[in-house]
Amino acid sequence: MSTPAIIVEKPNLSSFIKSHLRDYVLLIALAFIMIYFQFTTDGTLFRPVNLTNIILQNSYIIVMALGMLLVIIAGHIDLSIGSVSGFVGAIAALLMTGTMPFFKDDTIFKFDPFTTGAICVALGAAIGAFQGYFIAYYKIPAFIVTLAGMLVFKGLELAALGGSSVGPFPVTFQRLSNGFVGDIFGGGDGFNILALVVGIAVSVLLILFNTKERRAQVAHGLAEEPSVIFWGRNAIIAFALIGFCWLMAYYKGLPNVLVVMSVLIALFMFITKRTTFGRRIYALGGNEKATKLSGINTERLTFQIFTIMGALAGLAGLIFAARLNVATPKAGAGFELDVIAACFIGGAAVTGGVGKVMGAVIGAFIIGVMNNGMSIMGVGIDWQQVIKGAVLLLAVFLDVYYKDKR
Amino acid sequence: MQPILEMQHITKTFPGVKALTDVNLSVLPGEIHAVVGENGAGKSTLMKVLSGVYPAGTFDGEIRLEGVAQQFNSIADSENTGIVIIHQELALIPLLSIAENIFLGHETAKYGVINWFEAISRSKALLNKVGLKEHPNTLIANIGTGKQQLVEIAKALNKNVKLLILDEPTSSLNENDSNALLELLRGFKAQGISSILITHKLNEVMKVADRITILRDGKTVDTLDTRTAKVSEDRIIKAMVGRELSERYPPRNAKIGETLLEVKNWNAYHPQNAERQMIKNVNLTVKAGEVVGIAGLMGAGRTEFAMSVFGRAYGQKISGEVYLKGKLVDVSTIPKAMAAGLAYATEDRKTYGLVLIDHIKHNITLANLGGVASRGVVNDIAELQVANRYRKDLAIRCSSVYQTTVNLSGGNQQKVVLSKWLFSGPDVLILDEPTRGIDVGAKFEIYGIINRLAEAGKAVIMISSEMPELLGVSDRIYIMNEGRMVGEMPTKKASQESIMRTIMKSWEH
Repeated sequence: MSTPAIIVEKPNLSSFIKSHLRDYVLLIALAFIMIYFQFTTDGTLFRPVNLTNIILQNSYIIVMALGMLLVIIAGHIDLSIGSVSGFVGAIAALLMTGTMPFFKDDTIFKFDPFTTGAICVALGAAIGAFQGYFIAYYKIPAFIVTLAGMLVFKGLELAALGGSSVGPFPVTFQRLSNGFVGDIFGGGDGFNILALVVGIAVSVLLILFNTKERRAQVAHGLAEEPSVIFWGRNAIIAFALIGFCWLMAYYKGLPNVLVVMSVLIALFMFITKRTTFGRRIYALGGNEKATKLSGINTERLTFQIFTIMGALAGLAGLIFAARLNVATPKAGAGFELDVIAACFIGGAAVTGGVGKVMGAVIGAFIIGVMNNGMSIMGVGIDWQQVIKGAVLLLAVFLDVYYKDKR
Repeated sequence: MQPILEMQHITKTFPGVKALTDVNLSVLPGEIHAVVGENGAGKSTLMKVLSGVYPAGTFDGEIRLEGVAQQFNSIADSENTGIVIIHQELALIPLLSIAENIFLGHETAKYGVINWFEAISRSKALLNKVGLKEHPNTLIANIGTGKQQLVEIAKALNKNVKLLILDEPTSSLNENDSNALLELLRGFKAQGISSILITHKLNEVMKVADRITILRDGKTVDTLDTRTAKVSEDRIIKAMVGRELSERYPPRNAKIGETLLEVKNWNAYHPQNAERQMIKNVNLTVKAGEVVGIAGLMGAGRTEFAMSVFGRAYGQKISGEVYLKGKLVDVSTIPKAMAAGLAYATEDRKTYGLVLIDHIKHNITLANLGGVASRGVVNDIAELQVANRYRKDLAIRCSSVYQTTVNLSGGNQQKVVLSKWLFSGPDVLILDEPTRGIDVGAKFEIYGIINRLAEAGKAVIMISSEMPELLGVSDRIYIMNEGRMVGEMPTKKASQESIMRTIMKSWEH
């Protein structure tokens, strides 16, 4: 989570802020948007129940944005993920309800939610691998391959469901999206102590981790971040985290899907920042030829990225199906657009080689909060689209404009 | 005589940097005027001021054309007065034809409808003037760099050029094409077209320049007239670097040992054309501590040979054996070739060498990320130490290893590429044109690095189109032509003439 260290003689507060403005501007934008809607919705936005809703409504977008970020950093795009997630959700419904086309209502072919989950994530990965194979080894542009995939899997989704909705699902499965982590501390009605404890614990761990890394930086003379900013940043993050958990505690506590999402976000941050795998993705997107000539198997790397994307699309399909408690033929339609928009609002570059996990996550929340806020305000779906499109263009415009200025 | 161009007291400042300080340049009608200086001396900036890339008002000083003060606000303004600049990186569109490129932006059209007959016939006339025998409908992608350069000049002639500015025109040309180009400039001179020649190659300057302006650190150091006084290369170098360069090539004390690399019966075919054999039965050996040069004209197959050996990065239907320290090794993929102990530093560092949007540190460790990671997790601190070690060892001039490589000068970019390959720990390094487009001082440093590698017992193969450099740096020289090895000689017995003679002879049968 630390910003990249740069050797400078003396950390200078104003010049540091100037050069790292891009890192903070998104977060500031999100904060402003949230505060704005807090007022225009008469305080509804920050209500515990609404915050929980925002998490639930956007969880599948964020899960897919993590994979999409890797795809975009590598210089590709994946248009198929909406259809793939819908298709996987449909298969999950068939598996769990036993409404297979040929074995209708046969109890032998009813799978339990966990087996279904495993099968479906694997199915998503297989679909991703299938598309990735053509992209990586036959050099067919990802735009084409995944456009084809978008049509194919949309069609298969409709075929699998036979044009109607399939559901409902076992309660265990619904818990993926609608369940909450139980309060082991036995907080009474209306306040989930566990949520608050987790919030505090995660904050403490984060600060411990950051200070440890900072100490290593200082020891090697690499600490470029002025300590005021370092501590201020940590304080704000801890404050936001604990405040958020505090509010969540007043509703039902931490949603299961939030836990899944947080683990994935942490995992992908680690992958992109610290692993050789992640670093090679950035290099691949930055200059494929040079990366290949440096002895990196760029084909396999591309293949792996699309496989991961497919698996995440599969997981997102499960989350969405569990949330609605039914697999509908409409599921997944247009998801790819929100996911791609989230990555670009979050600062990823179309040309590849640039992008951050935190950026994509914040980008997804910016879209999510806007959806939520405008819906509460009663803005029609027509104008919501217009405003969302304008925000995407504005975000990318500002990014490009200030990059040129520098 | 009234100068065609006068640039007086030009001062250009960028935020925090003074790129040009009170620079003066005057060009007489019908003269070839060379502008020389180390990288970063301000040559490109000066030309950008002249051609209107930096509009009037963003710099101090005056530009006069045939005595009339000019205010250029864009490149179009300068081109309208007859000043045409041809950049080092050619601005041609590969998938358009020669004629389409020549008339791009000035199409022979009425109401937007192109008259192709006129375009073709006028292109033919222009191509004649520059001595290029190609049909105007040929795609740019299908002709070599030398010919592309001529198309650029034809394009300039179409604009009624009075002053032609060539920025490193011969950096990617072979000896023959370079000579033809310089000859062409002489021909223009006779027709009253003046040229400004920006180049690192002093032998060319000596050959054609009437006057030489030397820039150093953004200032005019000297203007020499070769017609009135004898000017020596050493005199120019001294003015460029501000110090005496006693040795152009540093001495080496390497002990030559056992044979490290042996390539036997190497064949390769063109990647798009399986019928066209590019490399024909090539054999080559290199010993530990030895620097072996490969000489040849552009298109001789030197790069193709090196890249096909390095994990089949070039070509198809590749056959032959590679032995390292006497053992047959598998070099069928780049990772395998690297594991066997090979490294190949490309001639085109921007396209194939660097991730330009990334910083120095990441570029240095790219080929050996495993060397700073354990179980797939990169150790930031270890990586930084590695990067800083090479920064110091190879004297990479940068504000920190977090500087983006796109902002480095050519010499420093080359050092980053070298660092990357040194960190991969090879036994045999293949350096393809390691000093292309690099100034004299940085070249000397690169030669020093090559010597240190040899002294450390590595084998170095150096491909270069600059023969003096090959003669100065290598122990033994192979000569390639048309995909074959046509000669081999110890450097002691080699000379530019003997190398050229070997190439010419190989063509006769």
